[in-house]
Amino acid sequence: MLLNQFLLLAAVLFCIGVYGVLVRKNGMLVLMSVELILNAVNINLVAFGTLTDDVGGAVFALFTIAVAAAEVGIGLAIVLLMYRNRRSIDLSEADLLKG
Amino acid sequence: MFATLAAEAVSTVTTVTNDAAWFLENAWIIPLLPAISFALILFFGKRMPYKGAEIGITAVSVSFILAILTGVAWLDHRDHFELEKYGEEQAIAVSDGAASATDTVAYTARFVAAEAGEGGAHPYVAVQSSTQWLQSGGIEFNAGIMVDGLSVMMLFVVTFISLLVHVYSTDYVGGDRRYTHFFAFLSLFTASMLFFVLSDNILQMIVGWELVGVCSFALIGHWWEEKPNSDAALKAFLTNRVGDVGLLVGMITLFFAAGGGKTFDTIKINEAVVQGGVSHTALVVAAACLTAAVMSKSGQFILHTWLPDAMAGPTPVSALIHAATMVVAGIYMVARLYPVFWEGMQIEGSSINLLATVGAITVVGAGLLAFVQDDIKKVLAYSTVSQLGYMAMALGVGAWTAAVFHLFTHAFFKANLFLGSGSVAHAVHSFDMKKDMGGMRKFMPKTYVTFVIGSLALAGVFPLAGFWSKDEILVNTGGWDLLGGSGAAPGSYTFHFVMGMIGAALTAAYMTRCVYLTFHGEYRGGHAAHDDHGHDHEEDAAHGHHGEPHESGPRILYPLYILSAFSILIGFVNLPPGFLAGSKKDPAGWQERFLHFVEPAGSSYFPAVGHATPSWSLAIVASLVAVAGAGFAYYYYFIRLDRLSKQLGESLVAIPNGITTTNVFARAGHTLLVNKYYFDHLYTGIIAGFTKGPLARAANWINQNVIDGTVNKAGESAVQAGQLVYHKIDQAVVDGAVNLSGRVSDASGEELRAINSGKVQNYAALMFAGAAVLAGAFVILLAL
Amino acid sequence: MDPIAGNDWMLTALVFAPLAGALVMALFPKEEEGLHKQLALVTSLITLGLGVWLLVDFDYGSAGRIQHWLDKEWIEVIGAGYTIGVDGMSLPLIALTVLVMPLVFVYSWDHIPSPGNAKAFLMLMLILETGMIGTFVAQDLILFFVFFEVVLLPMFFMIAVWGGEDRRYASLKFFLYTLFGSALMLLGFLALFFLSADSLGEHTFNMVDLTNNAGMGIARSSQLLIFGGMFLGFGVKVPMFPFHTWLPDAHTQAPTQGSVILAAVLLKLGTYGFIRIAIPMLPEAAEAWAPYIGLLAVIGIIYGALGCLAQTDMKRLIAFSSVAHMGFVMLGIATLTDFGINAAIFGMVAHGLITGMLFFIAGSVKERYHTLEISRLGGMLVQAPHLGWILGFTAMASLGLPGLAGFWGEFPAILSAYNPANGLAEETFRGYMVVAAVGTVLAAGYLLWLLQRTAMGEPPEEFKNDPEITDVNTFEWIAWTPLLFLIVLFGVAPGLIFEVTDPAVVESLNNCLQLPDGCDGVADAAQAASGG
Repeated sequence: MLLNQFLLLAAVLFCIGVYGVLVRKNGMLVLMSVELILNAVNINLVAFGTLTDDVGGAVFALFTIAVAAAEVGIGLAIVLLMYRNRRSIDLSEADLLKG
Repeated sequence: MFATLAAEAVSTVTTVTNDAAWFLENAWIIPLLPAISFALILFFGKRMPYKGAEIGITAVSVSFILAILTGVAWLDHRDHFELEKYGEEQAIAVSDGAASATDTVAYTARFVAAEAGEGGAHPYVAVQSSTQWLQSGGIEFNAGIMVDGLSVMMLFVVTFISLLVHVYSTDYVGGDRRYTHFFAFLSLFTASMLFFVLSDNILQMIVGWELVGVCSFALIGHWWEEKPNSDAALKAFLTNRVGDVGLLVGMITLFFAAGGGKTFDTIKINEAVVQGGVSHTALVVAAACLTAAVMSKSGQFILHTWLPDAMAGPTPVSALIHAATMVVAGIYMVARLYPVFWEGMQIEGSSINLLATVGAITVVGAGLLAFVQDDIKKVLAYSTVSQLGYMAMALGVGAWTAAVFHLFTHAFFKANLFLGSGSVAHAVHSFDMKKDMGGMRKFMPKTYVTFVIGSLALAGVFPLAGFWSKDEILVNTGGWDLLGGSGAAPGSYTFHFVMGMIGAALTAAYMTRCVYLTFHGEYRGGHAAHDDHGHDHEEDAAHGHHGEPHESGPRILYPLYILSAFSILIGFVNLPPGFLAGSKKDPAGWQERFLHFVEPAGSSYFPAVGHATPSWSLAIVASLVAVAGAGFAYYYYFIRLDRLSKQLGESLVAIPNGITTTNVFARAGHTLLVNKYYFDHLYTGIIAGFTKGPLARAANWINQNVIDGTVNKAGESAVQAGQLVYHKIDQAVVDGAVNLSGRVSDASGEELRAINSGKVQNYAALMFAGAAVLAGAFVILLAL
Repeated sequence: MDPIAGNDWMLTALVFAPLAGALVMALFPKEEEGLHKQLALVTSLITLGLGVWLLVDFDYGSAGRIQHWLDKEWIEVIGAGYTIGVDGMSLPLIALTVLVMPLVFVYSWDHIPSPGNAKAFLMLMLILETGMIGTFVAQDLILFFVFFEVVLLPMFFMIAVWGGEDRRYASLKFFLYTLFGSALMLLGFLALFFLSADSLGEHTFNMVDLTNNAGMGIARSSQLLIFGGMFLGFGVKVPMFPFHTWLPDAHTQAPTQGSVILAAVLLKLGTYGFIRIAIPMLPEAAEAWAPYIGLLAVIGIIYGALGCLAQTDMKRLIAFSSVAHMGFVMLGIATLTDFGINAAIFGMVAHGLITGMLFFIAGSVKERYHTLEISRLGGMLVQAPHLGWILGFTAMASLGLPGLAGFWGEFPAILSAYNPANGLAEETFRGYMVVAAVGTVLAAGYLLWLLQRTAMGEPPEEFKNDPEITDVNTFEWIAWTPLLFLIVLFGVAPGLIFEVTDPAVVESLNNCLQLPDGCDGVADAAQAASGG
């Protein structure tokens, strides 16, 4: 089986996701990048599950998808609230945690 | 090794009983009464008609009577107590000791022989009764009393002098602002001192030792409004504390070293030492440390400086505490633990040791200092130091009985002198002999007589008290082998003998000077009303002191009469053997009675101390020396200075002493003086002048500057060191380190704050970076 | 050491009575100050009553065993139990605590420090009392730790709210310092817990089990580390040189009541920890550490005394004297002998009575003169004779005058240093003995100097006709008389305390001596090694 290709794909997706999370200022795009990271993990889970003939991988992938859905829901709500309060979804402006 | 064997050969014979006459077993009541009196005076004294004095006097009187009865019981006990009474197993234990040749065994054998053979001779058996006091480490420690000749003698001295001082004080400090407190502390002092002399263990001795010290502190500082008084009180307490370091270390050493260890019991410790069961090193350490304690408490060089300053206290206090009782606590302690010193200092067969030498130096050093004092109490204080030196020296040379006997006689005549000086000071309101006294003989003839008797006794004039005791000390130094000699003396302490002789001459001389300046010549006082002993001014007016001084009242005079009588007679309780032997009035019944009743010779807790044969030749020579000393002083003051002052029509204060006289002579009719007093000039100007002038002044200078200076310097540098440590180390280094650690975490927080941008993405980046590093580390670890 | 069983709840009542009082007080509004004072006093008197009952009920014949033993489940997950009991070592300290607290409340009757709020002030003191008694009865390490820390917070607030000018600095220093020590101490406890399974078969915090299996075959190096942690925890509390710098600040800034409690009881928690936990549980390590503890103790004696000599503030001087006095206590402990530890317990009680009394006096002086600058004071014996005499008396007690309580803490401690436990270098400890004896001279120096400058002489100009300078008042008499009486009583009859503590101390040391690798075993081994 061509495990390497799957892993490479996942790695590429993960890196794109990380890049998005770290660099983009737009809250929506950051959320989408998080989805990319999660999906990279999902690909890994399914790929290894198939390799070892274990259904656990697929089960965990499904579990992740469910969690991701919830996370997107909350994330979107946060972004929406942020927009309402500040008329902007630029993350660089949200620095209330500054010490 | 050898000592251990010997100890095994002689199974312990304890010459101690707990079954004796009622008064001997219950002597603890004697200190208890003044202690109760202290509490009563403290709480109720001010409300009493005589402001508490009556409570103190009653308690001390009862104690005195009890002390007398105890003494009588002891005399009976000493001569009639049957050893079998206290248990056969102890009495029989002296069996085959004679086989071995050690001192211990020989002594035990002698003891047996005395018992079995002579029949009439009774052993010296101390009475001890005790009860449990505390427990530690599973061992129980007792508190109790030990009654033997020594403690009975001290009971008598302390209660007797204390009673007289109580009576004397009702007049002397009458109307004082703290009259009640004064009597409270007198009671407490009496209780503490009695507690000290009765204690049957060294722990109690430490307790009593410190308690008398604190009473001394409180009474020296009685008039604490004036700073010099409180300074003197502090100096006394602190100097004594320095000596107490020695006391603590010495006593602790004994506690662990003696007889298998862990006992405070005086008799057990002494027995262990006598039987040779204690390591010599421990004894040397203990004896040396305890000598330091003696130096502070009993005013020996170089820790004596507090004692003259302690004269800042009221005069009755000086008489009771700083002459008769408290200052002899050190001497008593040595006498009580004598085996420790006997073995530790190796007194027997030697010719020098620490204790004796300290004593000898004190005798002469303090005697010289007494010459340059203008304050009558300071003369007496230095005299006390000097006499305590005699006692310490006597103990050091092995003359136990002589030392204790001198302690006994000294208590009476020195108390007499102090109270006499107080009587004079009471009249002129000053202690300054040169400025405010002189010619007092006319105003106070009765005080004069008692003072002269005291002076003669102190100077050792035959047949007054001081003669007998001083002579006994000198003969026991073993330094006199001429004509009858002193063969049986424990050692041959020639140096100490010479110092003792010089001391005798000095004593006679400075007392002559003191008597002259105070009582002879013309009255120089009356120009100022000093308020040196705490009288209120209305009191002065009532006494009418603005005119001439007058004789003191009966409450001051009667104690003086009684003490004078004792100063004359008390020496007869220990006449040397052979004295008046063969004459019709054979006082054999008085020969060596003191020795018989006081010295625990033949008891299990006392070493075999030899006694020198008394020597007529020595007695005569010593008397001549004293008379010579007195003669010189007499000539200088009574004849030369007296005539000079009359011829010049000036007060003798205006005539400078000693070498410096030369210049004045030149100015004020020198021809007459130079021609007439050529020899005088040689003797008084050069010899006596040198002694009184530069030499004594040098001694005084050393005393004031070097020794005292060192004490002050030590105090100052302790404060400076304290300041240094506090400011430089405590505040800067230790505290600084604490503050620094705080500041470091603060600063590092400041640095790390920059990372805390508040931007989620920065945090995420850090998290990823961290995760990446951890993952990397994980991979590397797996690879290994 | 097997405890005397008995499921009576007496000790529990004793521990929590003050807390219950505090809760009752919480129900009433803070405006009713009089009521609060009454409630607090009554609560502390009830506690005192329970304490007296404990004293009466205590079986002195078996003072060496733990009595009123109660062992209940508490936090099952970590094996911590509600285990309490009392023996001869803790009894005197409990008695001291329950005695001092009512006196403090009496004193508070007309001495509530600014900014007022009697309710909070008194409640904090009651909570403090629960913490202190709890520490002395706890027989479980976690319980001990909890009570040990409960004490911290009320004291922090007492200093921080009711303290002097520099109170924030002082309170924070006190808090951080002690907390730092406690953290390391807790680590030590946890290490004991985890290592206890090796010999006991199960993890336990039970102090009796841990003591009975002292050492528990733990490797020497680990023992040393664990002891080190405890040493820091307890040593800071004592406080030992060089961890003492929080003490002068805390004492100087704390209100009088806080100073009294701090001196009388709080400092004893540290020394109690040493004799109850550190030494019996880790004898081998104790022996290795003892020379260093002894060294720090004698440094503390001299150093504290020198510090005193340099002080210009009366309260700070008294605070520094605590460093010196606790040095004597620690010297006694460091000898690891029954003599020394008995002396240490006596020293704790005596120091509690005497230094507590000195702080009371300092508080009253401050109230009258509005200053504690020694150079400005003087002539107290003229203006307030009773106060002056009490100061003199207490100073004498503090410098270790025989016949008063201070002596029996000091002298036996010096005595025990002559002959430390087997395996400790005699020469070293004899050196300590001499240094400690010299410390008594310095102690006399600074105390008498203080007395001379404050009490003797004529009153200074500025206070000459000050109407506020009055003699001891009624509340002060009530609060002080018991302390003064006990100082004399324990001085005259030291057996009262020694006989209670002695069996317990002997017992606790016996345990460590029985071990093959205990104090004796190591000593023999060491001697054999050095000899061969």
